[in-house]
Amino acid sequence: MHRRRFIFDSSVVLASTLLPTSRVLAAAGDDLPAGTVASSSMHVLAGKRPLIKRTFRPPNYETPVELFRQDYTPNDAFYVRWHTAVPDIERSDWRLRVTASPSGSPREYTHADLLQKFRLHEVAAVNQCSGNRRGLFRPHVPGVQWGYGAMGNALWRGVRLKDVLEDAGLDRNALEIAANGADAPMLSGPDFIKSLPVGKALDADTLIAFEMNGEPLSNWHGFPARLVVPGWTATYWVKALMELNVLSRPFDGFWMKTGYRVPRDLFGPSGFESQDTDQSSAITAIRVNSLIVGPAPGATVPVGARTELLGIAWDGGSGIQRVEVSLDKGASWREAALERDRGRYAWRHWRFAVEPAQRGAFTLMARARARDGSTQPETLIANPAGYHHNVVQKVEYLAA
Amino acid sequence: MLLAFPLTIFADETGIVLAEGEGRNQVQALCSMCHSVDYIVMNSPFMDAAGWEKSVRKMITVMGAPISDADAAVIVRYLSTHY
Repeated sequence: MHRRRFIFDSSVVLASTLLPTSRVLAAAGDDLPAGTVASSSMHVLAGKRPLIKRTFRPPNYETPVELFRQDYTPNDAFYVRWHTAVPDIERSDWRLRVTASPSGSPREYTHADLLQKFRLHEVAAVNQCSGNRRGLFRPHVPGVQWGYGAMGNALWRGVRLKDVLEDAGLDRNALEIAANGADAPMLSGPDFIKSLPVGKALDADTLIAFEMNGEPLSNWHGFPARLVVPGWTATYWVKALMELNVLSRPFDGFWMKTGYRVPRDLFGPSGFESQDTDQSSAITAIRVNSLIVGPAPGATVPVGARTELLGIAWDGGSGIQRVEVSLDKGASWREAALERDRGRYAWRHWRFAVEPAQRGAFTLMARARARDGSTQPETLIANPAGYHHNVVQKVEYLAA
Repeated sequence: MLLAFPLTIFADETGIVLAEGEGRNQVQALCSMCHSVDYIVMNSPFMDAAGWEKSVRKMITVMGAPISDADAAVIVRYLSTHY
């Protein structure tokens, strides 16, 4: 039995400091529900720098866009998202319990076992909440009203999920792998358990990670181990991983069957056929997207001088082919310069210089195209839970 | 396995002030068992009565919130009046 504690203690209370509302909060403010703007504030969680608090409990905190200037989002700036209380696990108590066939018995691994038995692997990947930008949906849909910052890019390090499953004796008839974290259900609510199709679970880049940007995972990010499922939305990246169960039938827990679903075929094939129904599919791969990091929307830029814009672009793992910018509301597009490629699952920075000839407001649009040929839509693809917001962004600046 | 569920409330969360009105006590007592009430303010003002009804029903039937039908009706009325 693992001792489970939860970090809802006084140290968190003491470390959580109210900061003055800043420009950061205003950035996406115009488009968020009025209640979201009113109830959001900058707060410090233990070990974190000030982030945008959307909800206190469970903690849902978003990264200010201005912190996306680096290739890898610093751990203390990375967004935080939990469904229930945050587990606080001692590494010495921790065991990963793997049941590699539907009728098999569990096998347990300690942290030391995993390090000793399996080779370490590293992958750079975007971790993006399925509901990132939900707050920008029109009409608004219920849920955590995220702006642009429920995402980050990090270097993840751990062992391959494939190696562990095979060592444990992966059943040849495996259909899905169910992953359970230490986060406990609220009252009699459903436990947060996610499943992966066996193909994605056996992908060489799917990891049981211990480190993020060269440091052990903090509790906020799933210490001591979490799944890293590059290219897929963060709902699959189960934190504080405790248990893996190999299944020969589709997993039917609430968070697969009811939660995290999109209308069937609205976004193309899911790549997770065993979870498809006639009406809906499980949300899976991240849609191609881009974001203007700076200057901040509404900023004043000088007339007759160059201002360099910085942005990011990413997709579900084909990689970014190009980013285009329009200064005439979409009539014509010019290619932005792509920065260093950190890998097909990582985001890629891009730059574009503007030199306004006259005073006044102007609108800038940016759209990314992925290597698989997909590109961002001009209008929102509405869906009930507010997922996959990747509309071409329009940002206004003032030349003066 | 018995899990001690944390009912400690963050100091900051107590700073959330909900609108005065009939039903606020039920909201504070029952909704706060599982989550901070900034969830309510955050999801406003775009939710209508049907939206709040659906949300409260989900908390009861899916999440297991021990809320009586009478209290649920009071809560939905409060939420749709003030948020």
